[in-house]
Formats: sequence, structure tokens, C-alpha cells
Amino acid sequence: MAVQLLSGNEACAIGALRAGVKFFAGYPITPSTEIAEYLSRKLPKIGGTFVQMEDEIGSICCMNGATAAGLKAMTATSGPGFSLMQEGIGYSAMTELPCIIVNVMRGGPATGSPTRSSQSDVMQARHGTHGDHPIVTLCPWNVKECFDLTVEAVNVSERLRIPVIVLADEITGHMRETVELPEKPLLWHPTNPRKPRDQYFHYDDSNNYDSNIASFGEGYRIHLTGLVHRKDGFPTNDPEIIKWNMDRLRKKLEDNESWLWDVTFEDLGSETIIVCYGSTARSAMEAKRQYERKTGRRVGILRLRMIWPFPQQRLVSLLKSARRVIVPEMNQGQLNRSIERTVSPDVPVISVLRYDGETLTPEAIIEAL
Amino acid sequence: MDKFLDFFRLDERFPHMLCPGCGVGIAMATMVRAFIELGINQDKLCVVSGIGCSGRVAGYLDCDTFHTLHGRAIPSATGVKLARPDMHVVVFGGDGDIMAIGGNHFIHAARRNMDITVFVLNNRTYAMTGGQYSPTTPTHEQAATAPYGNCERSFDICFMARASGAMFVARSTTYHVVHLKKMMELALGKTGFSVVEIVSQCPTLYGRYQGLGDAVSMLKWIKERSIDVSKVEDPWHVPGKFVIGVLHDREEVAPYTELYQGVRNEARKQERC
Repeated sequence: MAVQLLSGNEACAIGALRAGVKFFAGYPITPSTEIAEYLSRKLPKIGGTFVQMEDEIGSICCMNGATAAGLKAMTATSGPGFSLMQEGIGYSAMTELPCIIVNVMRGGPATGSPTRSSQSDVMQARHGTHGDHPIVTLCPWNVKECFDLTVEAVNVSERLRIPVIVLADEITGHMRETVELPEKPLLWHPTNPRKPRDQYFHYDDSNNYDSNIASFGEGYRIHLTGLVHRKDGFPTNDPEIIKWNMDRLRKKLEDNESWLWDVTFEDLGSETIIVCYGSTARSAMEAKRQYERKTGRRVGILRLRMIWPFPQQRLVSLLKSARRVIVPEMNQGQLNRSIERTVSPDVPVISVLRYDGETLTPEAIIEAL
Repeated sequence: MDKFLDFFRLDERFPHMLCPGCGVGIAMATMVRAFIELGINQDKLCVVSGIGCSGRVAGYLDCDTFHTLHGRAIPSATGVKLARPDMHVVVFGGDGDIMAIGGNHFIHAARRNMDITVFVLNNRTYAMTGGQYSPTTPTHEQAATAPYGNCERSFDICFMARASGAMFVARSTTYHVVHLKKMMELALGKTGFSVVEIVSQCPTLYGRYQGLGDAVSMLKWIKERSIDVSKVEDPWHVPGKFVIGVLHDREEVAPYTELYQGVRNEARKQERC
């Protein structure tokens, strides 16, 4: 492993390549474009494909097509493009196609602040597309994690066959750090073997996840549809099967929640605990350091690497002794609601918010401490 | 006949959900006959469709079938073709699906010269949702959302395809099934982006709104209004007629899959970058 000076966006692209991504379809948008630029240079070298589509709707559909034909594929975008991609995210959830989207957040709504940072797509990442659907969202806080969580996104998405969002932001995307990236990160491989064609059902109860699923061109003659479908993939209006289909999608997360939960923490015995994610976690760490040096009092910190599905049960036990919770976010308060629901009602959850495009500083958090 | 029936998912999917007298079935069966004529392997064929009556075609065929989102058949097919250049990738869609919500994808796939064949069934209406006006509904005609007459101008699908850079453009109808099969074969055999517009009857909605009667009288209506391309001077300006035949067949240039292979070769040569 060599030490490199990389931006978060570059680390993300390298993570995708080392996780086996062979296909990228995207559309230029600040501040995520470096991912597309990097992959447009590297993918053709390894026999992969980079294609710049006419818009983000085309990008995600093209990616879904490549995935259906058996490739590990991904796309990257930012707020406005992420809005356009929502229908494709729903299609991925319904057809159970792996789908990896890096959203390097900028300020919104609409065109918003393209070159400024923000964490205002937190709720959109969870609920952006219509209908009940499973989704996983990972939040890197530094350049190394842009790599790690992209690899993780590929693994989770392939394993559960659901959309996975890497929710970076302008700060993590454009920041440069020296990192050592593993040449061969740990990759998921299917554990359930594939049944022969005459016994194969694309949506069998036995293959909701962990399975080796058939792709186009392998002679299985599969049918994929965004309509509610039976286990053979064909549409139906039968209420019983509609319920089965929706339950099946929900179970993908329910059955796997415990290993999906991904939090790091320190000093949770303290009275005050900062719960943070993404680039604001950097300010939170610095706030903790400065505050402890100045006052001699410990502050707990709990950082979510995965924000969706929200690790409620895990947080209930981790925050049991907290008397006060501080939630720094670069938005008008999005994840704080989930945290309020997690702690007991007499524990105040104090939001430290900044949404003017500037970095939320350690000083702002210290003030709340 | 066996080969023909083998191409359908007879056990699971029939009877179909199309209205009596619909043109989609004729077009679908003709497409299958064209596949058989060309000896296309069912295991190496992916039929991609969007949403609408025409979008349901994918679900009846026994090959890899991809029923995608409304308007997104072409970008989805692009992904399949780029991932599996060895497969035949065919898009079957309607006028609303391909020319309205999917219009931008259509233009750019043609410009890119994606190696796919697009069959556009033009029944001049959004039939699945109940007969609203589509981008191919002629001006002044009535529709569910044009109770006082359509004030918009309509698209000429073939003209649009040619202008966008398609390699092959033809038009046929559900009346001229032998002709339609020939056009489909030519399109499928052409390397690069090829388009066949299929003028079709929709007796349930379009026909009812225009007072054109049942399926048989609609087919007669189509027959009477069709004119072979050899009989007109300028096939692009024949108002009130369906000019049928090969409208555009340009000298083949490399399709996108081949061009991108060139990018790969170039990328491997360059050390830096």
C-alpha cells in the first residue's frame, strides 16, 4: 500500500474500482464531477465502460440496465441530479437490482449552492422515491471513508440487492488527505448457489439476499418489472401477493439490520454526547478535544457511518446514560428527529445547525456544550 | 408454428390484457416472426419496454425481458447493450412512452448511434390511461384531455429519428403485416440505431374519440391513408397520409459499442492519466 494524497471524490472512485465496479453512467454536476472524470480515465483501461448520459434519469436507468445484465455499476451526482434519479432508485428497489449512488451533497433546494457544502439531502436519501422501500445510506467523514464506504456500498448493494447511497458532501468530496488504500478490500461473494433454470424463480423466498441471481444473457430468460410481481417476476394485482412482495422488500433490512448498523463512539459514559455524521463529525471531534482540554470534563461522541436504516435499537442502548445529546448538522435539522425518538423524553436533544453553506465550526458546537 | 409459439410465455402470461382489436398484438406477433426469420437466439435477446399498452409486450415474450419505467426503455436498453454487446437489444414502446416522456433519450441514443432497434407503436394516444392526447395526436383532434380539440402540433416520429442521426428509419402499419415484418427484419439487421414506426389502431380509445369505428374499419382507414414511399416525391411532406416503407437507410458507421472499444484501446495505450 502506498501513501497517496487524494480528494474524497477520487478515493470514492478508487473504492468503486477496487470493489469491482465495471460500469459508470453519469451526468456532470458540481461537486461530484471528479468521480465521473476519474472513472472516465480508468474504466476503459480495465475493459470497463464509462458513459455520459443525457441527464441523471438516463444515467440511473442506464446503470440499472447494466446491472440487470450482470455488471457491478454505479453513478454519482449531487442534489438536483439526485432528485432526478429518484424514480430509478424506486425501480432498483422494486426489481431488486443492486444500485450504487454517490450523492456529494450541496446546498438546495433547486439549484441551491452548487459549490457550497450541506447535509440537506438526509431525508431525501431515505424517502426521496415514492412508496415503501428499503434503502441504505452511508456517510463518510474523511477521505479514507469515502473509499471504505464506497466499497461497503457495493458489498451491501450486491448482497441485499437494494439501492445504497453514499451520502458524502462538498467538504468530504473536495478535501484532500493522505491515505493508504488497500489494493484488495474485502468483497462480498454470494453464498447461496443458483438453482438450475427449470427450478429458478428470480424472486424466490430463498433468494431475498445473499444469493447468486441470474442476469440477462445467461439463458434464464428473466423478466424484470417495476410493477408488483410474483416470485417468477410477472405482475399481479392479487392483494396477497402484493403484501408478500412488499414484506419481502422490508425484510431485506429487517433481517440484516444488526450487521448493517455501523457506528463508532468514544466516552459514552459522559453526561453529554454528541451524535454526528459526515463532515460535521470532524468539527465535533475537534470540539470534543478543545472542550476537554479547557474544562477537563469528558464529552461522549457517537458517529453514525450508516444513517439509514436508522440504527434505533443500537442507539437506545448506547445513549442510555446520556443526560444531554447534541446533534450538529448542516441543514435545518433532519436527523435530529430520529435521535429525539431514540432517547428518553427528559433528555434534551440540542441541534446545532448551520445552513449558510459554510462549515459548521467546532466553536459552534463548543458553545452548545 | 412451433417456433412461433415457443417465443411466447404461453403458460404463464396468456390470455393477454390487450383490448379486442388492439394493434399491439399484431405488431408483437410480427416482431416475433421477424426474430424467427433472422434466426435470433432467444437466450441472446433482450426485449426492453417502458410503460403503456405497448410497454406490456416485453412480459409476453420468452426471452430476457425488461419492463422498465415510463419513458426509460431506451436508456435502460443502452445499459444492457453496453454491458452485453453480444446480445440483441430491442426496444418496443408507444408514441407517448418513446416520443414524449422518453423523447430526450430517443434523440440521444440516435445521436450516440447505440446499437439497438426501436419499434415505436404509434396509436396517436395514451391508451393505457384512457385516451389523452399524445405528441403524435394530430392538431384539432379530440382526446380525453383535449375536449375542445388538440391545439398542439404533432411529431413525425420518422422525421425525428432521421434528424437525430438514426441509421435506419422505416414506417409500416398493423394492416400491412407482411410489409411490417420486412421493415422489422431490415431494422434488426442494420448495425446501429434503427427505428420502425408502426401505425396502429386503437379502437377502444383513439378510434372512439375520432369516430373511426371498430378495429376492422380502423384497419381499412389505415390502409386507405397509407401510401408507399416509392409513390411519393418527398416522403417527409405528404399531409394526411402514412408514407410507408424505408424512409432513411444511411451507410453504416460504427455503432457506439464499437466506438467505445476504440476508447478502451486508446486508454490502454496511454500510460499517464
